[in-house]
Amino acid sequence: MPYSVVGKSVKRVDAVAKVTGKAKYTDDFFERDMLVGKILRSPYAHAIIKSIDVSKARALPGVEAVLTHLTVPKVKFPTAGHPYSLDPSHRDKADRLILTDKARFVGDSVAAVVAVDELVAEKALKLIEIEYEVLEALTTPEAAMREGAPLIHEDCEQNILASRGYSFGDLEAAFSESDFVFEGEYETSPVQHCHLENQVSYAYLDGEGRLVIVTSTQIPHIVRRIVGQALDIPWGGVRVIKPYVGGGFGNKQDVTIEPLNAAMTLAVGGRPVKLELSREEAMIDTRTRHAFKFRIKTGLTKDGKINGIYIAAVSNTGAYASHGHSIASSGGGKFRYLYPAQAMKYEPVTVYTNLPVAGAMRGYGTPQIFFAYESHLDEIAHKLDMDPIELRQKNFVQVGHVDLLSKNRILSCGIRECVAKGKELIRWDEKRELYKNQSGDKRRGVGMACFSYASGTHPVSIEVAGARIVMNQDGSVQLQVGATEIGQGSDTVFAQMVAEVLGLPVEMVHVISTQDTDITPFDTGSYASRQTYITGMAVKKAAEEVKAKLLDFVWGMTDIPAETLDLRERNIVFKHNGEVVMPLEQAAMQTYYDTVFGRPLTSDTSNNARVNAIPFGVTFAEVEVDIKTGKIEVLEIYNVHDSGRIVNPQLAQGQVHGGVSMGIGYALSEQLLFDEKTGKTLNNNLLDYKLPTIMDTPDIGVGFVETEDPTGAFGVKALGEPPVISPAPALRNAVFAATGVALNRLPMNPQRVFEKFKQAGLI
Amino acid sequence: MAKKISFTLNGKAVNFEVDVRESLLDVLRYRLGYTGVKKGCGVGECGACTVLVDGMTVDSCIYLAVWADGREIRTIEGIAQDGELSVVQQAFVEEGAVQCGFCTPGLVLTTTALLESGREYTREELKRELSGHFCRCTGYKNILKAAEKSLEAGKRQCEE
Ligand code: FES
Ligand code: FES
Repeated sequence: MPYSVVGKSVKRVDAVAKVTGKAKYTDDFFERDMLVGKILRSPYAHAIIKSIDVSKARALPGVEAVLTHLTVPKVKFPTAGHPYSLDPSHRDKADRLILTDKARFVGDSVAAVVAVDELVAEKALKLIEIEYEVLEALTTPEAAMREGAPLIHEDCEQNILASRGYSFGDLEAAFSESDFVFEGEYETSPVQHCHLENQVSYAYLDGEGRLVIVTSTQIPHIVRRIVGQALDIPWGGVRVIKPYVGGGFGNKQDVTIEPLNAAMTLAVGGRPVKLELSREEAMIDTRTRHAFKFRIKTGLTKDGKINGIYIAAVSNTGAYASHGHSIASSGGGKFRYLYPAQAMKYEPVTVYTNLPVAGAMRGYGTPQIFFAYESHLDEIAHKLDMDPIELRQKNFVQVGHVDLLSKNRILSCGIRECVAKGKELIRWDEKRELYKNQSGDKRRGVGMACFSYASGTHPVSIEVAGARIVMNQDGSVQLQVGATEIGQGSDTVFAQMVAEVLGLPVEMVHVISTQDTDITPFDTGSYASRQTYITGMAVKKAAEEVKAKLLDFVWGMTDIPAETLDLRERNIVFKHNGEVVMPLEQAAMQTYYDTVFGRPLTSDTSNNARVNAIPFGVTFAEVEVDIKTGKIEVLEIYNVHDSGRIVNPQLAQGQVHGGVSMGIGYALSEQLLFDEKTGKTLNNNLLDYKLPTIMDTPDIGVGFVETEDPTGAFGVKALGEPPVISPAPALRNAVFAATGVALNRLPMNPQRVFEKFKQAGLI
Repeated sequence: MAKKISFTLNGKAVNFEVDVRESLLDVLRYRLGYTGVKKGCGVGECGACTVLVDGMTVDSCIYLAVWADGREIRTIEGIAQDGELSVVQQAFVEEGAVQCGFCTPGLVLTTTALLESGREYTREELKRELSGHFCRCTGYKNILKAAEKSLEAGKRQCEE
């Protein structure tokens, strides 16, 4: 069916506000006489707090309160931005206190000050005296799992947070029936989200004594719940407001500063307190991407059909659980869709260490596992002397496949078409041939890598989304959703969906971008690439409800049965021929002021989606490797996605550009570095942490294969996170093709590449 | 120590007393309410806080407010004239160069300065000029397109 607004590159609904500086973010709001909160951080990676003396700090003029673990509620709470579960065994690990009594990483929050300004607050922090009993810093999973290692959290033996995996089929049989069994080991490094806006919030008690928190978050309704849990107060007594957000990428799908900010305002009788992290703080005390180590075994027939897959994974979650084992689980789960084998075993273990806390980050475990597996596949293709594309094609999933464990069914799959398109874009065959036998100092190669993902979290978590629409007298509408715009463009996509159903121009759909848990319909938030797919269902449902009510109303006005009517271009029309019955505005006006039937049209709806559409895609990349320096230059890179129908091509391309750029950083330069002895972060600033600049970013090519998934509104599937998944393995495979050297550890920065080349005898 | 300074802010004269330790960023944001000036790092690494000082781009977080004395400051709030988007703003909207928007004011100002310089830039030069700005959302592609479009549109305006 042709659509009039869906599928068009309409301009972002918030673009003008953002280019004029009028878009207001959390720190752009002021309360009168706002106090400033600051955090005292542990200098030790692992230490028990023996005693704290705050008397000097408290006595400093301008200090309004000093908080320690002794003054805040002693309730352990979880921080991951997951929906609450009624099943206690399915809840996130509650291992956090607002201020800790034991430091578990360098930078852990051990005390806090509220003062009249920043300078006083900083001064006061220096006056807090703490006596520590220093314990061994466990900075690697190996050290943490060692027999006799001190426990970071008392209730986790060997510092293992969890180790639940999965297995199906007879793997032994699958391997013994195989002609070859290949093995490989792969490793990734921790990286940081580096959204441009750091974590910031302010909190106060309003006139009714309700706790109000304005914060830069992806998950306002979850913040409300977790602040309630942390402070042990009724959840309904907390009001969370989310203005524009300067990027999140999963880091703001976690509750980091809000409980402490709430405790701060309570400590000063409800006066407004602002808590803002500096870049340096945000890079150690929010979240990072889990570093993984993988051991993989794959059994295949000699013509390349995969019989069985074994994957062992060690995931380093740092000092607190946050999303913890969900990352390893989710990576392993989303991986399963791409190459369904008859037998598979996944054995992940998530380990606590004394390092900054790892949590959700765009891709949620999949960039790690696909780096490992897609690298592994290229080595297999090499050994079988087979084209890497051919090997994959023999094993791709088919439409109709039902995943044994999640029971999710593949109803649309464009991976083959994506690969075909990418292959053409990069001129694969020609370049593979051209770059076959190189020997100079600069060598070129092309590589590719694929992925599968998911749209939302079903069946792991609930997928409830809310939408509310109110139609105005002129036929324009307001739309409110609980899902948050954080830059990805969801507000614009929702406006397009509503405009499509109601026959309106997009400008007549006003999306209220601010979420306020007292007012906004319930939705768990922005994560898991769920907004267009999951919240989109609720938005479409709400728009259809308004449409049905309106056509019914017109029936009452005109005696023309509702089912013969439709909405088009701001008119009520006959469905069969488009003839105008009356302007929309006339009907809308009547709904307000009809003396008998006047009743403005609204819809307030919720949708609980129990489906999941699987998106697919591929990266193709061409590199030039400087053998002498180990520098890798990306010459061309293309991402081709099957994300179902694309609602807004320009915004969708933008999502892919950003994801690919993040993927290139992950592949080539980004890495948080720690001192192995002390656990101290060495590069928590934007100078030493190598985030790609415009100079490091090649021209990024984008393609879409538009399948139509029957479960999504308008046929959509997820797109937000997927672009970041496959660039790293594609680049690694391109380097492998160029040099024959297998770089199985990220990032592939010049130093590491140089060392590898040296080992391989290239230098 | 306080010092009285006067400068022009988006075309208006401002007389103001500042602490000599205060950054221009803090004065603009927190004392004068120009919140379009963003803070992404506070130490000169990200470019989000860019303003124009006598037409030159400056990281206002590492520029002392007292240095603004006698100068002409322009922030993002002063770029649109009479409610009309500037050529640069228009290009950023059209090219999809805006996502979360946090880097946007700074990039619009740098591009504005490039346009006003009247010079021509190759793509590589342009990239170099924009490389003081981090953007984590866009992969820079549409930003580069918007900047190129701005400069072309600016050139056409000059020729007309
Ligand atoms: S805030 Fe000034 S450069 Fe980052
Ligand atoms: S648009 Fe988000 S940082 Fe540039």
